[in-house]
This record gives sequence, C-alpha cells and structure tokens, in this order.
Amino acid sequence: MLDGRSAIRRKLPTRLVLSATWLTLLVLAAIFAPLIAPKDPLAQDLFLGQLPPFWVQGHEPGYFLGTDSLGRDVLSRILYGARLALTVALIAGSITCFIGAAMGLMAGFLRGWVDILISRAIDIWMAFPPVLFSILLIAVLGPGLWSIIIAIVVIDWTRFARVIRAEAMTQGAMDYVASAQVAGRTRVSTMLTEILPNVLPTIVVLLTLEMGISIIVEAILSFVNLSISTDDPTWGGMIAEGRASIHQAWWVLVFPLITLFLTVLSFSQLGEGLKDHFDPVLR
Amino acid sequence: MQFLQSALLRLCTTLITLAGVAVIVFFVIRVVPGNPIAMMLPPGATEADVARLTALYGLDKSIPQQFLIWVSGVLQGDFGTSITTKQPVLQLVLSRLPATLELSMMALIIAILIGGFMALTGTRLRGSKTEAAIDVGHGMALSVPDFLWGLILILAFGVLVPIFHISGRVTPSLPLPFTTNFYLTESLMRLRFDLWLDIAAHMFMPALALAIPLAAIIGQLLKQSLKETMHLDYVTLARTKGYSETHVILREALPNAILPTLTLVGVQFTFLIGGTVIIERLFSYEGLGNMAIDAVINRDLPLIQGIVILFAVIFTGVNLLVDLTYAALNPRLRHA
Repeated sequence: MLDGRSAIRRKLPTRLVLSATWLTLLVLAAIFAPLIAPKDPLAQDLFLGQLPPFWVQGHEPGYFLGTDSLGRDVLSRILYGARLALTVALIAGSITCFIGAAMGLMAGFLRGWVDILISRAIDIWMAFPPVLFSILLIAVLGPGLWSIIIAIVVIDWTRFARVIRAEAMTQGAMDYVASAQVAGRTRVSTMLTEILPNVLPTIVVLLTLEMGISIIVEAILSFVNLSISTDDPTWGGMIAEGRASIHQAWWVLVFPLITLFLTVLSFSQLGEGLKDHFDPVLR
Repeated sequence: MQFLQSALLRLCTTLITLAGVAVIVFFVIRVVPGNPIAMMLPPGATEADVARLTALYGLDKSIPQQFLIWVSGVLQGDFGTSITTKQPVLQLVLSRLPATLELSMMALIIAILIGGFMALTGTRLRGSKTEAAIDVGHGMALSVPDFLWGLILILAFGVLVPIFHISGRVTPSLPLPFTTNFYLTESLMRLRFDLWLDIAAHMFMPALALAIPLAAIIGQLLKQSLKETMHLDYVTLARTKGYSETHVILREALPNAILPTLTLVGVQFTFLIGGTVIIERLFSYEGLGNMAIDAVINRDLPLIQGIVILFAVIFTGVNLLVDLTYAALNPRLRHA
C-alpha cells in the first residue's frame, strides 16, 4: 500500500523547484520592469481601449495581453504591479515576522505578566475581522505604501506570536534549557541563544507564508481602492477594473488574477515545502 | 461545579476581550482624517450649520468624554446614529446581519459537505490515485484564500459558463413578501421555492468561495483522524466480522474520528465569518461586510464602530460556545 506521506515527499522537490522558479522570475521581472515592459504602464489611449490579447481577433501588435478600458497595456501593468506586490511582501513580511516572533518568544519563554499581557492582546486581536480592520487602518493612515505595510504588521503579528509562543513554551520545558540556566545564563540570554535557534525553522516557514498573505492583503486593499494612488498599477486595482468590465474584456481580470494566483500559491507551497524539509519526523 | 467555575472565568475573559475591542476601535477611528460632518453638508453650508451638526453627533466634546457617552449608550443598546443614512446604527446593522449569517451558514454547510465527502472518499480509496489527487486538492484549496477563489468562481460560473448569479442577493425585480431579512430561511418556510431558488443561486457562488479553504481544512483533518482510527483494534474486529469497508468507515471509524474536526470547525468558522467582508464586496452581496466597507469609505464613524463591535461579539461568542461545548463534552477537561 502506498503511504500518503511518502507520496508527498517524493513530490516535494518538484513543488519547491516550481514555486522558487516562479518567484525568481517574478523578482527579476519586478527589478527589470522598466527594461522589459513593452509599454508605459500609465500611458492611456482611448482609441486603443479594451484590445484583446494577441491570439484573439482584433488585437494590436505590441499589446500582448491586451489593454484595459483606458487603453493601458495589461502586460506592462502586471510587470510594474509586481514591484509593489513584492516590496510589500518583503518589507511587511519581515517586520511582521520580527515583531510577532519577538512577542511570541517573550510570552512563551519569559511567561509571567509579559505572557498575560501579550496573550490578552492576541485574544483581542483575534476578535477583529482582519479584512475590515485593515481597511479601517488604511482609512486612518491614508493611502500609500507605508500605510499598507503598517496595516499588515498591526494585523498579522499575532500569526507569528501565537505559534512561536507555543513553540517557545515547549522548548522552554526541555532539559537543555534547564542546564543553560544552571550554567548561570540570564533568561534573556538563554532565550536568544538557546530557544531562538530552535524555533528559527518555524519562523522561516511562517515568514514565507506571511509574504503570500501580505500580497493578498495588498491586492484586497487595492481592490477596494484604498492602497496607493489609483493611477499606479497594482494587481488588486487591475482585478477591480477587470471585475467591473468582466463581460466586455475578460483579459483585464484573467491575467492579473493568474499572476496573483501563481504568486500566492508559490509562497504557500514554498512555506509548506520548507516545513516538511525542516520537520525531522517527515524527513 | 468546576465546570461552572471555568465557564464563568471564560465568560470574564470574553468580556475583557470585547472591552478591549471597543476601546481600540473607538480610539483608532477618532484619528480618521477628514471631517465627516463637512462631507454630509451640501456645498455652501455655513459655519453655524457645521457647528450645529457637530454638536448633534457629539463630535465637539473631548475624546474621553465622547468615549464615556458612547459606552453608556452601547450598554443601553444605543449604538448611535449613522452619519450617512441618519438611521440608528443598531437598526441598520441588524437589518444586514441576517444576510451575512445566512451566507456564513450556507458556506459552513457546503464546507462540511465537501470536506466530509473528500475525507471519506480518500479513506475509502486509500492508496489509490484518487487519494493522492484529493491530497493535492486539499493543498491547493488551502494555499489560496477565499478572495481568489471568489474571483475564479466569477470567471468560471459567471462568465465562461454563466449558470449562477455573481452579484446581489436576489434578482431586484422580484417582489419580496418577506417580513424578516432572513430571505433564504423565510422563503423556505413560506414554501416559495421559486424565490428560494433565486436567492440560493445568488448565494451559492460567494458561499462556495468562503467554503473552499474551510472544506480543505475539514477534509485534511478528518482524513487524518480517520486514518489513525482505521488502525485501531475495534475497527479490525468490525472488519473481521464481515462488514463492508464502507460500513466500517461510516459506522465504526467516523463517530470516533469526528471530535477533533468538530472543535476545529468551531474556531475556523470565525475566520470564515471574517472572510465575508471582502467576499460580500466581491459579489456585491448586501450584507454586513459590504456595509462596513461603504461605512469606511464614507467615514461613517458610528456605523463602523457598531459593525466592528458586532463582528467581535459574533467571533468571541462562537469561540465561547465552542470552548464550553468542548468542556461539557470532554469529561477529562470537565474535572481538570
């Protein structure tokens, strides 16, 4: 009988390779967007509105994936949109990871009133509807890159804190921690030199997943027209335009959607793949 | 006795959580830039008009004072007056709540049906290609959030094969004989199957989008529990008695494997309800979430406050219910 787990394990390199490849291509596309984008992503031409992609009758040469209702090139906008998406993923993901993991480590290992305070805060955060909370924060902070990043950090730190707190508690109860304490280390020094390295694999996995989540949050905020200025190309903004003109020009929705789907899927598969890789039981 | 004690303690932490939510949301939205009063008045309104309206909504007082007034109102069931519609917030919010509740419940039912079916099929066909396909399907469904599933469903069943409605809650031209806002439930009770079908056809796509990630979680966990149960001696005994494999899974293994999944469903259900905000927006579904986004865009402070508090009450309420049920069902926890 074939064991489900070994079946997953055999597939593991493939999904790691595939997701890493897609993300690498995306990063390159974002960096070199000005060089490879065929058109100016902001250039409007109402005479060239809603042109279909290259294999459909009625297309114009040069506009591979068609144009939106204002005549802007879909491909170029996707390439430029990748810049914002990846910037948000990288910066928001890292800051969220840093703050959330620090909170979780302190709560789980130092315990006492620190733990009570942080756990209460997590409870309160869990009672907020996350999407609504992020939209509210953007309304407060005003649109812009840093507002998106702050909103993501404020909302998602609990994702890290919850998991890392539980891990730190488990690790804290182990013998090696007790011996470090007997050797006369301070609690904080033990936390950083003994506990942190042991929860690091979990932190890396969570960080990878968080990058995908950040991209979704950014897309949702652009979708409700609250992320950055409305002219700048964002995947969420393109999706909102595509949703509005879905019966006239499906390509305006389909191509950014495919890009977003593959990117989020890749981050998630990368995270899951890393989790299996780090898990000694599975290995 | 101990159960009662822990239940009371749990109730207290829930109240503290709700108080925390109230404080945070109140102070966060007080820093919203833009004067909501100025937005309400027609251009050319005088300074005196602005001052009068500001006083009417209590916005001329200091923020701590405003907080005290708001809290004492909330405790008496008065959530203030919406700035955009000038109706009581509680009334507005309660008029939209049924739509969101029906959508969430339908999504939950779909998730349990799909997830349960996948887990049982995967267990029945252990080791086959079908099981591997189900595992991959679960992985995919979990990797992608409800927002993207919603968009994919819109493309697939709204444009490519247009068989479901992709916006609204009911066809606007239909005359509605309803006295409550629980359209789906009421149409069923009034035996108006024509209306029920129209409402269900509107609700199915958003509900499915919300259900897909939860279905995968249910499917994955239930399948795992079933797998562990299938190795137990009593299951082997049932098999040697000559029962069919399907009977063994459904009658012997399932009742024992289902408890962990039930607990998880409770917690995950709150995430699903949180997801309704953007899904309702995506499908132009007239529920609480859609109203909330409009309220944020219109800077309708009292309405935002009311909706966030209501969501928090629902979330903590569901969690409380799950914890208490679990404690009541599990004797080990009851006497701990």
